[in-house]
Amino acid sequence: MRRSLPFVIALVTAALVAAGWWQAGGYRLRAERAAGTAEQAVRALMADIQAHNWSDAYASLDHANGLQESDFIREVAGADGSLRTYSVLQSFEVWPLHADANHSTQRVRMNWSSAVGSLDELRDLSVVRDGSVWRVLWAKPDFPNVPLQVLPVNYLRWDVVGHRSDDWGAGSVDSPRVRITSMNAVERPDRVLILGEIENEDTVPAYLNVNATLLKPDGSSLEEQDSFDAISHRLLPKEVSPYRIDFPGLRLSQLKSVRMDVRALLVPASADPVISVENQTIDKDALGRKILKGALVNQSGQTANIAQVLAAFYDSSGKVIWVVDGYLDQALLPQAPVPFAVSIPDDVAARVQSYHVVVNHYTAPTA
Amino acid sequence: MPKIILTVRLLMVLLAVPALGQLMGLRAPSTVSAGSSFSITTTGSGPATFYLLGPSHVVKQTIQLGQDLPISGSDVGASGSYQAVACDSVGCTSTAFYVLPSSPARLSFLVHPSRVPVSAGNAINATALVYDRFDNTVLAPTPVKFQFSSSGAAPYTRSLATARGIAWLQLGSSSKQGPLQVVASVGETAEPRVIQQVASEACGLRMQAASSSRSVRLQTDPIRDCSGNPVPDGTVVSFTKIDDAGRSTVDTPIKKGVARAQFAVSGRARISVACGVVLGNEISIGGEP
Repeated sequence: MRRSLPFVIALVTAALVAAGWWQAGGYRLRAERAAGTAEQAVRALMADIQAHNWSDAYASLDHANGLQESDFIREVAGADGSLRTYSVLQSFEVWPLHADANHSTQRVRMNWSSAVGSLDELRDLSVVRDGSVWRVLWAKPDFPNVPLQVLPVNYLRWDVVGHRSDDWGAGSVDSPRVRITSMNAVERPDRVLILGEIENEDTVPAYLNVNATLLKPDGSSLEEQDSFDAISHRLLPKEVSPYRIDFPGLRLSQLKSVRMDVRALLVPASADPVISVENQTIDKDALGRKILKGALVNQSGQTANIAQVLAAFYDSSGKVIWVVDGYLDQALLPQAPVPFAVSIPDDVAARVQSYHVVVNHYTAPTA
Repeated sequence: MPKIILTVRLLMVLLAVPALGQLMGLRAPSTVSAGSSFSITTTGSGPATFYLLGPSHVVKQTIQLGQDLPISGSDVGASGSYQAVACDSVGCTSTAFYVLPSSPARLSFLVHPSRVPVSAGNAINATALVYDRFDNTVLAPTPVKFQFSSSGAAPYTRSLATARGIAWLQLGSSSKQGPLQVVASVGETAEPRVIQQVASEACGLRMQAASSSRSVRLQTDPIRDCSGNPVPDGTVVSFTKIDDAGRSTVDTPIKKGVARAQFAVSGRARISVACGVVLGNEISIGGEP
């Protein structure tokens, strides 16, 4: 009995280690790394990306195109405080598009869990046979090569100073004057949307939020929501932002009217960076969905870490019929175009006559 | 014997007469100015408890009836109706009087809005409330002087009498932007406020283009409103370029009076500019393919 006890303990320990490895996905990872097929090669690569095994992921690639490890990591893991640096690959789906004896094209849909929610990325990967294994040929990222230059930046800032007095009339600085220039209630299969645009009509920057209260036929409140992040909260003078408020699970027939409420505050603000939205066109993506695509160019000298695109779409009468937003997982480096795309429902796309795109951005404070 | 009885009765009546003359009573002036000291006359004799009940203040003290009762000005600071009550072992008596606001000593002054576009009629509202030194609203008509002064224009004054403590007026903004100081004064008391007269919508918005082989640089002329005031820096100007590649837009703030933007161009392009609801000129350029 004394002799067999160490043996039993060692056996139980080994069993527990094996169970932990299995539980942690080790078996699945090993299976996915066994790139006997093109799909397995893509799955192995995604598993490494999911586990942040950048070296293993890079080693599994086909290096025929001269892809550098640093460029691969920069593209996949993000850089410059971009949204990707705050993201992890939550899940992925792989399906084949084309295959022959030595080459295959696999489509992968990556679902990234990010600081602003879930983000989908669709990518077509070339996979080539290398002897008995398949390797992904990761496209060489085309990072912008901005020539060295000196960019003059004239900073323009507003600060709010002093404090409000308790004396009536003494602390009389008005809140910014903002106006909802359009509002439209739209019904979708699973929700009611309140869409529109709001303008800062004042001469000072405004921080604003739009609230909508849906009213029942008897005048009582049915539900109240605010625009959350589907709006550019900080508006410079004469700047216009689309807004969108979602009411999931409701129908227009349940409503009699909508009460809108705008709260605007005086806030310190900066007029930089200026971001242009270039080459906007309505097109189709790889899945055949209608999208509005284009590129953002940061025309200032400071990196904008996280950018959000907000687009309002108008019908032939100028009414806002759709508002959509999307985050970019790349940082906006000065003068470097970064592509974006936001999807439009097909029934809406058929009625779109015009559109307006604005860019919301977050820039991390510099030390 | 009957004479003795009569004499005793008369004596008792005579002894009672002084007591009849000393029934407890209070007499106060019908109106008093807030913060002014005054006296309440008391009749009767002996000790009593005195109460002064005001709108925001109660005083209790022991007094000696038959003496004048001095009331401190600090006990009648709030204007309104007061009641003076004296109670002794027999019962209570009371009198009422009214405390009026004293002379004007303080102003509350509201000017709205704090920012106003130039050349806007009746856009400025100035309201003054007049108080005495105890923060009582002075209800008696009181002349309030409003003095308006802005840079580059002669100051002017308007005087109004308050109605139920309030004097207010409306006026339009001038055609020149800049701070407008409004001072409301009553006697030696003055309250200044400053409102900003800001440029109105842009007028005659125009831009120039300087194109190179791959890009076009755009710059507006100095952006002014229809009165010639420069539109404030920071106001967003939207440039839109439409070419074969699609539509490109940039919202750029005015800096040092002008707005600038830059677009990459390939082929022919049409560029327009707008500021708020105001559309500017349109430029057609033919870039290198």
